[in-house]
Amino acid sequence: MHSDLEVATVEMLSGAEMVVRALQDEGVEYIFGYPGGSVLHIYDALFQQEKVNHILVRHEQAATHAADGYARATGKPGVVMVTSGPGATNAITGLATAFMDSIPMVVLSGQVRSDWIGDDAFQETDMIGVSRPVVKHSFMVRDAKDIPEIMKKAFYIATTGRPGPVLVDIPKDQTAPNVKNPYEYPKKVKMRSYAPVSRGHSGQIRKAVEELMKAKRPVIYAGGGVVQGEGSELLTRLAHRLNFPVTNTLMGLGGFPGTDKQNVGMLGMHGTYEANMTMHNSDVILAVGARLDDRVTNNVKKFCPGAKIIHIDIDPATISKNVMAHIPIVGPVDQVLEEMLAALDEHGGEPDQKALERWWEEIAGWRKVHGMRYETNEDGPMKPQQVVEALYKATQGDAYVTSDVGQHQMFAAQYYQYDKPRRWINSGGLGTMGFGLPAAMGVQFAFPEATVACVTGEGSIQMNIQELSTCLQYGLPVKIININNQALGMVRQWQDMQYGGRHSQSYMESLPDFVALAEAYGHVGMKVTKFEDLEGAMNEAFALKDRLVFMDIYVDPTEHVYPMQIADGSMRDMWLSKTERT
Amino acid sequence: MRRIISILMENEPGALSRVIGLFSQRGYNIDTLSVAPTEDKTLSRLTLTTFGDDLKIEQITKHLNKLIEVVKLVDLTEGAHIERELMLIKVKATGAQRAEVKRSVDIFRGQIVDVTSTVYTIQLTGASDKLDAFIGAIGETQVLEVVRSGVSGISRGEKVLSL
Ligand SMILES: Cc1ncc(C[n+]2csc(CCOP(=O)(O)OP(=O)(O)O)c2C)c(N)n1
Ligand SMILES: [Mg+2]
Repeated sequence: MHSDLEVATVEMLSGAEMVVRALQDEGVEYIFGYPGGSVLHIYDALFQQEKVNHILVRHEQAATHAADGYARATGKPGVVMVTSGPGATNAITGLATAFMDSIPMVVLSGQVRSDWIGDDAFQETDMIGVSRPVVKHSFMVRDAKDIPEIMKKAFYIATTGRPGPVLVDIPKDQTAPNVKNPYEYPKKVKMRSYAPVSRGHSGQIRKAVEELMKAKRPVIYAGGGVVQGEGSELLTRLAHRLNFPVTNTLMGLGGFPGTDKQNVGMLGMHGTYEANMTMHNSDVILAVGARLDDRVTNNVKKFCPGAKIIHIDIDPATISKNVMAHIPIVGPVDQVLEEMLAALDEHGGEPDQKALERWWEEIAGWRKVHGMRYETNEDGPMKPQQVVEALYKATQGDAYVTSDVGQHQMFAAQYYQYDKPRRWINSGGLGTMGFGLPAAMGVQFAFPEATVACVTGEGSIQMNIQELSTCLQYGLPVKIININNQALGMVRQWQDMQYGGRHSQSYMESLPDFVALAEAYGHVGMKVTKFEDLEGAMNEAFALKDRLVFMDIYVDPTEHVYPMQIADGSMRDMWLSKTERT
Repeated sequence: MRRIISILMENEPGALSRVIGLFSQRGYNIDTLSVAPTEDKTLSRLTLTTFGDDLKIEQITKHLNKLIEVVKLVDLTEGAHIERELMLIKVKATGAQRAEVKRSVDIFRGQIVDVTSTVYTIQLTGASDKLDAFIGAIGETQVLEVVRSGVSGISRGEKVLSL
């Protein structure tokens, strides 16, 4: 029983105040959102406090991507608030983007009053239903008293196990200012139906070590789970200790240093020749926090025919989903790697050095093929690859790089070397055009002093260009590197290669004057058309520390991304240029 | 291969839609489905039957386990189990047929639970193939209406699916 005194100390808060207090209690710095009728009580409560900063975007999709970018850069959950109906549905693409890449996010959506639900009320959408396939979990607030517990669970579920977005749908009446309930934020959550694995199976880890010791042609294939699961340092130690080659997935770039001599580059559809060859010819693959998805494996039936697969992942459903794992290890990447290092010590043996030497020689041969070379134009337009190389130079390889989706994304993945985790931020799973700029905003909020570049295309940037206005409002000095090939380049590449060059709806006519547009939004615009101006322009742009600069850089519209795996083939079947194939 | 998956889950609004949604979203099919609260009102027991090879069933159970509201589940077909389905069926019963239908009901150990001058309403429980066999015995042309509960199942022996 509570004593009178204790009862007196319990705070009485409205639902709206509870939501905001819960955010404070979670230590949330930023919430990205957009107001509307159903969330006005919450906005009023936000107004009356100073701990949680609300960032007003210009479109709810951008709020989700900004929160997502913040989460990817920091590892902390991104938080979003949107109103019911159109506000909520605008958040769907961002939920799906975060869901595919396992990004921790909590999205609060307003809902019409409880007694109107189901009546097709103004701005009513069944958000729980609409979002169901693209969230890790969702909650509907049925009683304001439950808000503290629901908020606690939402953050807990979003950030633990395999992370993901969690939606909390809040009917307006549950936030009414005049209805007060006791508020106490739970210190812990315990859910009988949710218990993420906390340790990998020790027996399996020891078995894996035995296998690694026997390997003659090993490779470490490291995915986004290494970045998300804070496993980079441990993975690097393990790789150095074993002297095995490492390849990163698109999501895993930076999980192992890009400039490390053991790094054979990205693998998969647009991976390096040496990475794909190393995978295909390997006898043991140590897959860490990776999904073996179709952009990596190519035809799964032809995938790495001689390889035993050791697969470490936090999500049991990822293991043996596409490719059977010989040694599955379900657990958090950091814990498993740590234990694997200890098991190596305990084992005391060393990998087969002679075999490794031969393996590295073979890899050196593949490296000489140099699949990453590209031809430059003497007088003609510059190449998109040159732009990314110039960016790498101008930022000394130390920027946060966000990207959109298309050829520019692949060039940014291939030609910028990421030495640290969380520096390369892109929508790998869903491939969401329009992700880059809002994601860059989220990163810049997280790290106001950092250099943040958004590598984009003239197609993608127009999908969330309205955020230039948000950037002005908050003084975000993002550098936009618009690789302008005057086309939906990636679509056109496929049309060139598979549709007889018929460019159905893949070119961009009537492009805006991006320089004037940037200036209209109050930013600095620069247009670069000649390669000899590129380096100077980049340096000038990055010297403007407190301004957003929109660099509109015209490049060769006919360029393709290579290497490119040949559809339905094995990992080693690739186009290396327009005319050479393996 | 046909599987009976039995799930213990939180008895909360929306939980069922997540299970169903998972099946349509990932291209699995549900053949039968039955769900009701257990002796503990905070829990529901859901039984579903589906078809698939081992790999597919493994994926299905892994994904079901990932649903936050799913507390525990078991693939009953992996071990000895008891399977029952309830069927209520209306059949034409006139003239000589009346005795014929009555005989079939007795053979299948069903009960006639309602009678009119032209129709018998019959209740029958058993494994799904027994119910199928009954319909076969009566003849589809004689059947006016069929209601089946979907499969319920439980393991044999001391094994229990509980918290
Ligand atoms: C929202 C969305 N719509 C469509 C696509 C399909 N798509 C993939 S790449 C691409 C072209 C992107 O053009 P641009 O941004 O100019 O980049 P580029 O390939 O030219 O570098 C399209 C349309 C997508 N990924 N996302
Ligand atoms: Mg383009």
